[in-house]
Amino acid sequence: MTGGRALNTKKSRLPSAGAYVILGIITLPIILMYLWLLINSFTSQMKHGVIPTGFTLENWKFLWSNVVVNGTEMPSIWTATLNSLLFAGALTVLELVVGIMAGYALSRLNFPGRQGLLKTTMLLHAFPSVALLIAVFYILNFLGLFDSLWGVILVKTALQIPMTAWIIKGFFDDVSWDVEWAGLIDGCTRFKVWHTIVIPLVKPGIAAVSIFSFLAGWSEFLLLYTFILSDENITLASYLQKLMSNPNVINYGVLSAVSIFYMIPVLIFFIFTQKSLMQVSATGGKGV
Amino acid sequence: MKIELKQVCKSFTKGSNAVNDLSMTIKDGEFVALLGPSGCGKSTTMLMLAGIYKPTGGMIYFDDEPINHVEPKDRNIGMVFQSYALYPHMTVLENIMFPLKQMKVPKAERIVRAQAAAEQVQLGHLTARKPSQLSGGQQQRVALARAIVKKPRLLLLDEPLSNLDARMKIEMREEIRQLQKEIGITTVMVTHDQEEAMTIADRVAVMKDGSLIQYSTPMELYNRASNLFVAQFIGTPPMNFLKGDLVKAGDTYAYKENAHGSVLGIRPYDLKLGNQGNVVMNATISLVEPLGHSNLVSARIGDTLVRFFAESSYQAERGTAVVCSADLHSVSVFDKDSGYSQNVESCIKEAFAV
Repeated sequence: MTGGRALNTKKSRLPSAGAYVILGIITLPIILMYLWLLINSFTSQMKHGVIPTGFTLENWKFLWSNVVVNGTEMPSIWTATLNSLLFAGALTVLELVVGIMAGYALSRLNFPGRQGLLKTTMLLHAFPSVALLIAVFYILNFLGLFDSLWGVILVKTALQIPMTAWIIKGFFDDVSWDVEWAGLIDGCTRFKVWHTIVIPLVKPGIAAVSIFSFLAGWSEFLLLYTFILSDENITLASYLQKLMSNPNVINYGVLSAVSIFYMIPVLIFFIFTQKSLMQVSATGGKGV
Repeated sequence: MKIELKQVCKSFTKGSNAVNDLSMTIKDGEFVALLGPSGCGKSTTMLMLAGIYKPTGGMIYFDDEPINHVEPKDRNIGMVFQSYALYPHMTVLENIMFPLKQMKVPKAERIVRAQAAAEQVQLGHLTARKPSQLSGGQQQRVALARAIVKKPRLLLLDEPLSNLDARMKIEMREEIRQLQKEIGITTVMVTHDQEEAMTIADRVAVMKDGSLIQYSTPMELYNRASNLFVAQFIGTPPMNFLKGDLVKAGDTYAYKENAHGSVLGIRPYDLKLGNQGNVVMNATISLVEPLGHSNLVSARIGDTLVRFFAESSYQAERGTAVVCSADLHSVSVFDKDSGYSQNVESCIKEAFAV
């Protein structure tokens, strides 16, 4: 009996050990790169590029004072951080509000052109935003939103909505009509059913989508780099770019430190939300 | 509340009606079952009563008041869904209180009434749980409590028992019946299980292809099916059908197979071994299945397989020739083309005429 059980556990552990080895080997280069980044940010110099020599906090100076790179003073990191937070946060809220309503309409309401809209949504998602840069510039300029965070937030939201609406539609599709009908019979209007019964049922989907859009906002670079010029509107991604603007004199120590600083919120976010994230990636938006 | 449907039609696609020219009256306090195979329009009919679907033609009256365009929330009805459709993010008590909350009943009264409804379905001790922590039968009771808590004028049950196991089914069946009688609420139940419909309902409406076939008490359905479809659908084991004539010979009638004759229907309980009955036929045994209290015998009469019951001590080899019989008044006759019930006389032939 005991022998049998021991054999069993041994058997079930073997394949997972193999999986760990394989996954470990595959992820090793990435882990090593992160490790190098961390070490590099705390040393004054790397011998042969890999052996750290001497501990220093010099590279992290940007946290408490303004750094000067190539003779120009960099804007405060905290302005950039706040701007990045504002950008990602506003993007998330806008995307959710529009995406949830659009997703519900696409999933539940019957209106002329619904099928066509569904197909166009997919097409829009496939559209590369680079191709739209010039057109977007004209529009923002015309609206007086050039060099404004809000302008870019609107553009980014518009580009993200198709995917968000599509994912949320998948979650709404999984809510049975019966529950909705029960709400109607129990005395609610359609709108009330939507926000008191249906929305709570798709909460996991909403959580997943909001994480995704926050991360998309946090890591956005191209649109912000193109449409934001002034230093007070700078975000972290543009800040990093500014550090590398002159390829001949790049301070890799500072660059590493800022990169890590930029990464920390994402890492923390991932650790706390990976369960919700898995719902979308593992089930393709179907897992209420 | 009295419910009246007048020539109600519902079509989802042009050209075909899911419900076709349906007229029926449900009396106040009556328990009516809508019975039929899947796709017969019974659920559509119920959802029209609920107000989820709007009829494309005809009128529905609640107490002589037309309600075709009244929203579900203003109809004062309660409904139990097949999937129970409980709100998973609310506790049992919150689920039951939900309809009262929509009626703006003060919170203290809400709790008292919901608690009372929970007691009524024997769930008083589980009100703090979430629906996912309950068994299927308990979820069913929550759905029932939620449906009756606001004292609706009409209770709709959509296949309420189909997700329960056999024992639970019988238990819930009795309970629903008792509860319905206690509060005297007009109730409509949709089901595809004829046994369920027969045992629970005052009257059964048999539907097929969107039309009402027969609407009468369970006993009448069983004893006097108005047409072949109803006769086939009602009763377990199903009625035996033989194509042919009865040839009169003195006091008895002999069955004679005839592919162009009428369809004779005999319930398995009415067909017996031996020749005590006055309709006599020869059969060949193909199988004897013991059921405990009796044996279910399958036999061939001509090319047709029939079933009937025999004493539990009865045993016979496959291929044994036997005589079996039924009483003439227990034989139903149906027209072979239209399927409508006919007078039994119509298939009796005088011996010399053949």
